Amino acid sequence: MEISLIVLVVVVVTALAFDFTNGFHDTANAVATSIATGALQPRTAVLLAGVLNLVGAFLSVEVAKTISGGLVDETQITPTVIFAGLVGAILWNLLTWLLGLPSSSSHALIGGLIGATVVASGVDAVKFAGIVGKVLLPAVLSPLVAGLVALAATYLAYRITARGAVGTVRRGFKAGQVVSSSMVALAHGTNDAQKTMGVITLALITAGALPANAGPPFWVIVSAGLAIGLGTYVGGWRIIQTLGMRVSAIESGQGFASGVSTATVILTSSHLGFPLSTTQVATGSIFGAGAARGPASVHWGLAGQVAIAWLLTLPAAAVVGAVAALVADTGPVGTIVVALVLIGVAGGIYAASRRRPVTADNLDELPVPPPPVDLVA
Amino acid sequence: MTINWGALALVAVVSLAVGVLVVVLVSLALVGLSAREPAAGGEAAEGTSTTDGRLSPAAGTAAAAVCLLGAAAIVLYGLYLIVF
Repeated sequence: MEISLIVLVVVVVTALAFDFTNGFHDTANAVATSIATGALQPRTAVLLAGVLNLVGAFLSVEVAKTISGGLVDETQITPTVIFAGLVGAILWNLLTWLLGLPSSSSHALIGGLIGATVVASGVDAVKFAGIVGKVLLPAVLSPLVAGLVALAATYLAYRITARGAVGTVRRGFKAGQVVSSSMVALAHGTNDAQKTMGVITLALITAGALPANAGPPFWVIVSAGLAIGLGTYVGGWRIIQTLGMRVSAIESGQGFASGVSTATVILTSSHLGFPLSTTQVATGSIFGAGAARGPASVHWGLAGQVAIAWLLTLPAAAVVGAVAALVADTGPVGTIVVALVLIGVAGGIYAASRRRPVTADNLDELPVPPPPVDLVA
Repeated sequence: MTINWGALALVAVVSLAVGVLVVVLVSLALVGLSAREPAAGGEAAEGTSTTDGRLSPAAGTAAAAVCLLGAAAIVLYGLYLIVF
């Protein structure tokens, strides 16, 4: 087997591994509030989200085309560069998962690709104009808009249903949560599975296996859909715990309003050509819905941690991607070294997560914050 | 570099309008459906009584059906956007 073919296989496998981490990292976007309010049992919720992510992967390939042709100049990069970018994205996803922080898998992917591309081919190979206008600016605005929509919707929902029967209202909102969660899961599959399809397609184009501007082959669509669906089903319970239980004590009305807000913002922006981070929109919606019952009902310290993670996502993934590209660009041995380091660090992060495992069975057991240090004493 | 501020503003306005509309429609439907439940002492004590004479069960159900149909139409349009 030729070396170039081996490298291409490694890239495809790594891309599918990223897709898997994308799935379990982002499970919370669709199901966190539904689990928190009891609208769905945890395992039912992740099964539903996993299936809908898989279905969503088959619905469109427009985002895949954007990823494969809109971020970097595909004529100036190699499969090794894409591999290095994926390494940056995977490691950032795993680290933020360990910390239970809902950061953007999309921004990690874009950051990793930018870092690796700059090192391998120079700054000119990155299409910065498109990244600022279509990635960075929406990244800042979308959580704010989603939070505002959720805030207004939750406030009105509480005002209107104050005249309703408690049991009917609660059951109705829980049913609504199932629908809104399903919409978010479907939209997530459509958007995020395509990003991996785009990356694999880009690798196939740079390796000469596909012509420039080609769409993803069917086997790429199937494998990317299965990877994200399986990842979603595994369930990133740490982030589900953060968004469902730690942001605020979410009630069914808030969960429904935040789900509707998330689905609406994602679908509207996708329709108008802005590929958003599902995670940032969902997080903004949950904070907005929480704040509708009064600012004191929201854990704002957690919001600060999440904001820092968002700010760091793109540059941190870019740095890891750049370092990985430096090593991998030295030849097949360098690529193998990077792959082994990735496996080792991923294993270490998984081992660290076992010290305080979070599963479907212990979501209510929130981490105890460290006691305050008495500086006077 | 040009940024399409108009499209960004449109996303914000449409998201706000549609998101709030769906939640309001479902909330109104739930108030309408509440008219089907008999008044209970506990609920009344909490200020959430449903049968205070403003809506009959039939009228409440009809109003709820209209509101839910409106919300369902918006959801179906959302699905249409995902698929096509």
